[in-house]
Amino acid sequence: MNVENTSKQSWWTRIAHPGQFVAWSRRLLVPLWIATAALFVLGLWLAFFASPEDYQMGDTVRIMYVHVPTAWLSQFVYGVMSVSAIGTLVWRHPMADVSMKAAAPLGATFTALALYTGALWGRPTWGTFWEWDGRMTSTLVLLLIYFGIVALWRAFDDQLRAARIVAVFTLVGAVNIPIIKFSVDWWATLHQPASVFRLDGPTMPGSILTPLFVMVFAFTALFLTLHLIGMHTEVRRRRVMSLERRLAQRGAA
Amino acid sequence: MMSAFTAILLRDLKLALRTGGDWLTLALFFVMVGIVVPFAIGPDRELLSRLAPGIVWIAAFLSVLLGLDRLFRADHEDGTLLLLRLSDLPLAGVVLAKLIAHWLLTALPLLAATPLLAVMLSMDPPAFLRAVVSLLVGTPGLVALGTVGAAVTVTIRRGGLIAPVLILPLAIPLLIFGVGAITTGPGPDQSGTALLLLAAISLIAVAVTPFAAALAITSAED
Amino acid sequence: MTLRQGFDPLILTATGLACRRGERVLAEGLEFTVPSGGILLLKGANGAGKTTLLMTLLGALRPASGRFAFEGVDTESAFIHFLGHRNAVKPHLTLAENLAFWASVNGGGGLSSPAALEAVGLGPVAGLDAGYLSAGQTRRLALARLLVTPRPVWLLDEPTAALDTQGEAMVAALIDAHLTAGGLAVAATHLPLPLRSARVGELRLDP
Repeated sequence: MNVENTSKQSWWTRIAHPGQFVAWSRRLLVPLWIATAALFVLGLWLAFFASPEDYQMGDTVRIMYVHVPTAWLSQFVYGVMSVSAIGTLVWRHPMADVSMKAAAPLGATFTALALYTGALWGRPTWGTFWEWDGRMTSTLVLLLIYFGIVALWRAFDDQLRAARIVAVFTLVGAVNIPIIKFSVDWWATLHQPASVFRLDGPTMPGSILTPLFVMVFAFTALFLTLHLIGMHTEVRRRRVMSLERRLAQRGAA
Repeated sequence: MMSAFTAILLRDLKLALRTGGDWLTLALFFVMVGIVVPFAIGPDRELLSRLAPGIVWIAAFLSVLLGLDRLFRADHEDGTLLLLRLSDLPLAGVVLAKLIAHWLLTALPLLAATPLLAVMLSMDPPAFLRAVVSLLVGTPGLVALGTVGAAVTVTIRRGGLIAPVLILPLAIPLLIFGVGAITTGPGPDQSGTALLLLAAISLIAVAVTPFAAALAITSAED
Repeated sequence: MTLRQGFDPLILTATGLACRRGERVLAEGLEFTVPSGGILLLKGANGAGKTTLLMTLLGALRPASGRFAFEGVDTESAFIHFLGHRNAVKPHLTLAENLAFWASVNGGGGLSSPAALEAVGLGPVAGLDAGYLSAGQTRRLALARLLVTPRPVWLLDEPTAALDTQGEAMVAALIDAHLTAGGLAVAATHLPLPLRSARVGELRLDP
């Protein structure tokens, strides 16, 4: 836990050591916040003022600029968690544990946001808040998996031992997600052959695509910033816990 | 190694049959879920027979999840699981043996109880047959996913509650194709395709999950 | 009762070994060697890390640092017996069934089940459900598990727990026989074991 006396270590050790990680990555926070804010200002301006209304959906199409980035993050965060899980299982990297734990509630939040904005968008477009369409349904299942992972983290007393177990479950989930997606699509087409709404990415005009991409980057930057803060908090929480335990032991001895 | 495998399988069966009750209770629970549904939605025979595939699978789903906690907990708490790691049989093999025993103890009673549900939910004979085949093919996958849930939560004192919550979303494909393999309409008949997909997913689950469960169990101690 | 043939010579060496449980490092800088026919007694207060060291040696925990190795034994196949504080006895199986299970899992080759039960003084109750045993008798049954399958390394965690004086003498005799056959043992114990073997080492762990 000493930050000093480690100047000659490799970058790998510098990342692996929780105290060192906090020390050097704290400097990244301010630039990350600035980048996030700048991207959001630009993206929101483009989304509200520089992009056209949809000829069918009108202004409600602008929900897309929040919906699509959060939907992207719902999957991206799971990807981050899976990579961290491999880091935990294969290299026993302590920061991978922390990254996995910090990402789970963020992933759940972004997934919930994607569902919420999807529902808001669905009301004027489909005439109902919830439609059992393939995309929405698999996102819902993903949210349930996130909830399961958060609940699993909370169920363990010893967070160090929890990490490897949660990592196993995260990877089982990662293998399962494509299967879930496939089966839900199959199920959705079985029950309602006519596709309700489809976002045809490449055919969208640039005036929509540009703000969309900026917003995707803005939300991703927001996630990275929050993730880093979450990791710092987790490192500190662990340090407090281990100090408390050491204190209690000294009291017992 | 084979003798260790069969020894674990037979011991689990012997223990379950000797302590009695549990597997019968699960079958009873399965039937009761099916019986409760008509009270909830009314005794309309046509509606019931249309919902029957879904009801049968939900009942099976719940019964299997309910029995999950027994899978590793007793062996973990009395130290047997730790000793099994010191045998020549790889831990994944131990998990597979226990998985098969658990399937025999939970899924077979369900299958035996299915005719009862079929009559009460007014399924026609072909639908009943499809239901039996669908459960036969799908429940191994369901139990296999269950072993991961049980292995992941084995060191959590009240893990019995959290394992079903973890496993339920992962088991949705099995539910979709399981029900799909029973239902024939409306629209084109997809039950054959669904059965094949169900078999594929079930096989993958049985092949992969013992390793994941074994990894979770070794990590739980470390 | 020493019907089993001898083991190939082997040696356990540890250099700079440190054990951890969770994030707590419990015992550090351990150096010891245990040769064939030798036993290492682990002493120390509760919480000093005796069980953790045993768990590390059997491979369930990773050492925090340092290393240890069993040399002269085929580490590909199982060679360790562990007697933990949990007895791994199923109350709904009879004594004979409990032993037969471990014999088929671990591969037998040692004493037969009746002979092993006889050796730990449980011969007359072989057909009884293990749930009816007292704590000390359950411990004896757990010890019998070590006799049905010969393995060169015994890791014993408080082997005499719950046993009477006569039981302690029995444990000591069983260990002596194991060492004479060329096995080695590491045992955590508070009580002095009446061992006859000459090669008794002692390791004191401090919390």
